[in-house]
Amino acid sequence: MQRVGVFVCWCGSNIAGTVDVEAVSEALKNEPGVVFSTNYQYMCSQAGQDMIKEAVKEHNLTGIVVCSCSPRMHEATFRKTAAAAGLNPYMVEIANIREQCSWVHKDILTGTEKAIILGKAAIAKVNLNAPLTPGESPVTKRALVIGGGIAGIQTALDIADAGFPVDIVEKKPTIGGKMAQLDKTFPTLDCAACILTPKMVDVAQNDKIRIFSYSEVTDVQGFVGNFEVTIKKNARFVKEDICTGCGACVEKCPMKKNPNEFNLGMDNRPAIYIPFAQAVPKVATIDPNACTMLKKGKCGLCSKVCTAGAIDYTQKDEYLQEKYGAIVVATGFNPISMDKFDEFAYSQSKDVITSLEFERLTNAAGPSAGKLIRPSDGKHPHTIVFVQCVGSRCDACAQKGKEYCSKICCMYTAKHAMLTRDKYPDTEVYVFYIDVRTPGKNFDEFYRRAVEEYGVKYIKGMVGKVTPEGDKLKVQASDLIANKQLHIDADLVVLAAAIEPDKSARPLATMLTASMDTNDFFTEAHPKLKPVESPTAGVFLSGACQGPKDIPETVSQAGAAASKVIGLLCKDKLTGNPCVANSNELMCNGCSACANVCPYGAISYEDKEFRMPDRTTKVRRVASVNPAVCQGCGACTVTCPSGAMDLKGFANLQIMAEVDAICK
Amino acid sequence: MQKITREQLIDKASKLLSNGTVSCVLGWKLGDFDYDVTPAVFNTVEELNEGFVFNDFCGANFSKYLVAKTGKVDGKILVFLKPCDTYSFNQLLTEHRFDREKVYAVGIPCEGMADIAKVKAICGEGVLAIGTDGEKMTVATLYSDEPALIDAKDVLAERCENCKSKKHVAYDELLGEEGDVIESNRFDEVAKLEAMSADERFAFWQNELSRCIRCNACRDACPACTCEKCVFDNPTSGVENKSPANSFEEKLFHIIRAYHVAGRCTDCGECSRVCPQNIPLHLLNRKFIKDMNEFYGEYQAGAEVGMRAPLVDYTTEDLEPGEVFDRRDTDA
Repeated sequence: MQRVGVFVCWCGSNIAGTVDVEAVSEALKNEPGVVFSTNYQYMCSQAGQDMIKEAVKEHNLTGIVVCSCSPRMHEATFRKTAAAAGLNPYMVEIANIREQCSWVHKDILTGTEKAIILGKAAIAKVNLNAPLTPGESPVTKRALVIGGGIAGIQTALDIADAGFPVDIVEKKPTIGGKMAQLDKTFPTLDCAACILTPKMVDVAQNDKIRIFSYSEVTDVQGFVGNFEVTIKKNARFVKEDICTGCGACVEKCPMKKNPNEFNLGMDNRPAIYIPFAQAVPKVATIDPNACTMLKKGKCGLCSKVCTAGAIDYTQKDEYLQEKYGAIVVATGFNPISMDKFDEFAYSQSKDVITSLEFERLTNAAGPSAGKLIRPSDGKHPHTIVFVQCVGSRCDACAQKGKEYCSKICCMYTAKHAMLTRDKYPDTEVYVFYIDVRTPGKNFDEFYRRAVEEYGVKYIKGMVGKVTPEGDKLKVQASDLIANKQLHIDADLVVLAAAIEPDKSARPLATMLTASMDTNDFFTEAHPKLKPVESPTAGVFLSGACQGPKDIPETVSQAGAAASKVIGLLCKDKLTGNPCVANSNELMCNGCSACANVCPYGAISYEDKEFRMPDRTTKVRRVASVNPAVCQGCGACTVTCPSGAMDLKGFANLQIMAEVDAICK
Repeated sequence: MQKITREQLIDKASKLLSNGTVSCVLGWKLGDFDYDVTPAVFNTVEELNEGFVFNDFCGANFSKYLVAKTGKVDGKILVFLKPCDTYSFNQLLTEHRFDREKVYAVGIPCEGMADIAKVKAICGEGVLAIGTDGEKMTVATLYSDEPALIDAKDVLAERCENCKSKKHVAYDELLGEEGDVIESNRFDEVAKLEAMSADERFAFWQNELSRCIRCNACRDACPACTCEKCVFDNPTSGVENKSPANSFEEKLFHIIRAYHVAGRCTDCGECSRVCPQNIPLHLLNRKFIKDMNEFYGEYQAGAEVGMRAPLVDYTTEDLEPGEVFDRRDTDA
């Protein structure tokens, strides 16, 4: 029989306000196994912890129940307290009488009643607790960064700076991501390429960093400290180590009319291409859907002009197996498709463009060499209408767009408007907005400069309809402050499209068993206190894959993720979670049901010899759990028909005892 | 009524025993009465000739016997499998419950087995002897001078009336011809239960399950119940409780058992066949099968070795709970 001590916390008035803590500690005194019960203002304080330690000594406690806040808050605290008092840390149970009780009840009577019931359940469980010892596993001292945008680049540079090798896997032919496509960056208006490309060069030159461009992660096995990752290197039909990036092949390629992804299809590129001048790695890539040599076996011009002999039409996709200790997800974002927003005539007129397309139009390396022109006729636009929140902050019932705020659009639209007025003062610029959100250092000053110094016409209201008529775009909008309808004949309409996570994120999350929210943004382990960790141990988050972010925020999160990775890789051994599944071999049927449902591949089978009651021996197939791989999810325990599989620390009997205690 | 005769089976078994292919035979022998047929192990040709029977009451599914027997015998075991038995055979192989190498399976055709309760319902109690006469069955009882002549079709067991398959899905050798999977009406009875109100359904099961005497025959005969240690026999499981404390607990045993075999039950109907209280236990399992078919697509446990039942499978393509939540509106 256990000797249980019960410690009821007031949490100031957080608990004591709606729960009669005195009555709770009094009522729990008479529960089976309880030899001591008390209450205190802040159990988590030093004084509260000392109280627990003294009680353990004085009453020879073997188990501790703390009725306090969620175990996510202070379970670790009280486990350490128990350990300091000489108890096994897993002899501590928490009854959550704050989040699950005092905070959800207004009435002190019902609050107190429920607190007592939750306390009884915890006591019933601790009576069946057994001391647990965690195992240890080694750490592979190499990190993987998935995604080579500014988030991935910064994370990789910071990890490499600490001396650990890092691999970047990027699905495009070059690293750089969205930032490489931008023109200027708010609020300082420095050129994106000027600040990004030095970092890209740093990555290329860093001997700790390997870049797998034009590659994807196809499989992830293992666990924190010991991931085994399969990387698929797509065939680019160019030998990366030989190609010098001279561009002779790009010049000579006869298949020139393929939409250029880097310029969002606003101009064309050859079948063999280098996305942009500062690409890293600066290596050509052949588009297999455009190349006549690959499709029909005729041409071969690039191979003839390549003095280095880098072209290899027989190249195949290559699969690499690599081991990592930590994985950083930096898969970034994309603007949403404008298909469902036909009221803005995006599909009807070339002169209705998205903001990212506008970025390319104003970029010196873009399709118009930086000259602001209408994509339809190449003329200079005189009236430009910017529409904000296209697909952002949408009504959930509307079944189109996103409910969230894309966060970056207010600022880049202000930037676009300001730059347009600066370069072309003869242009009239309208910005339609719902709210202008500028919470950031120097952000509001920036926006006000656009309005006050550059004369951008900000109008609160949404654009209802855009109709192409002749060479004009008829914009019908409402001005909510003047309360009137507006009709503007525009030359160019720019839509601030909402941003969404990259499509590759969802399958990746499945591979990593990392959780996502309903918008496919990766979920952090704690929104405030663990913002760069995913709930899956060893998987970290960097940049817009976790939520909309601008560049400064992305870079700081990238650094934070890197520091978490460095902290992990510095360790030689990791302490595991002892609450793992365990198979009772005497009861195991060897039916494989548990192995079939295990998401982590933690269960294997072995043939073992058993002595039977009639003194014969029998060889039986039985399950065995790898405690280093098991995450303690419990899928196996509910699948096992004989009940041979059980979870340490959350045994079926313990759960049943809790349910019984609650139902009594 | 059976197309295959006792003599043919003895002949086959004798040959396999004599040439050393198998070292013993799983077959049927007579109990106290003609309808009271019990599974038995035959080690010699003499034993076969003396005790082996095959008639309309040889319903026992031998698949389960292989679990215990294969570990104890040197050489192979000859087992006779009716079509429905082969599904259980495959399911047990899927669960690694016996060594396929130690079994020589002979598929035998089945015309449906008789239900003694139905015979007694027609001819009355005190059945002394039952014989076959073509499609007819002769039943001699204590209380009539002349044996009654009844139609074999009228006394078919429920599971045979709604036979789901005449196809053998596993065998080493097949006697007779290959059969087909049959479109059966086996879910009609379940649909009737589903159509009832909750109270009516509760009353139905209360009525049926209150007769349960917890003899454990259903569990002991069930080919899906092959656990090394059944939860109901395990003092540490928390549910080892021989006698129900109240009328609701009468149901608990059967409900827990239905959950335990969900996805693994092949609908062989042994539970209802062996129930001394004639409780239609198979309906519980059939409801699970029907639900699984409707929720996840047609699934027949044991149709192939290595199949994964929808309820206990995991793939990386599985939906996240959040997605299921999102889909609730579109599917409804």
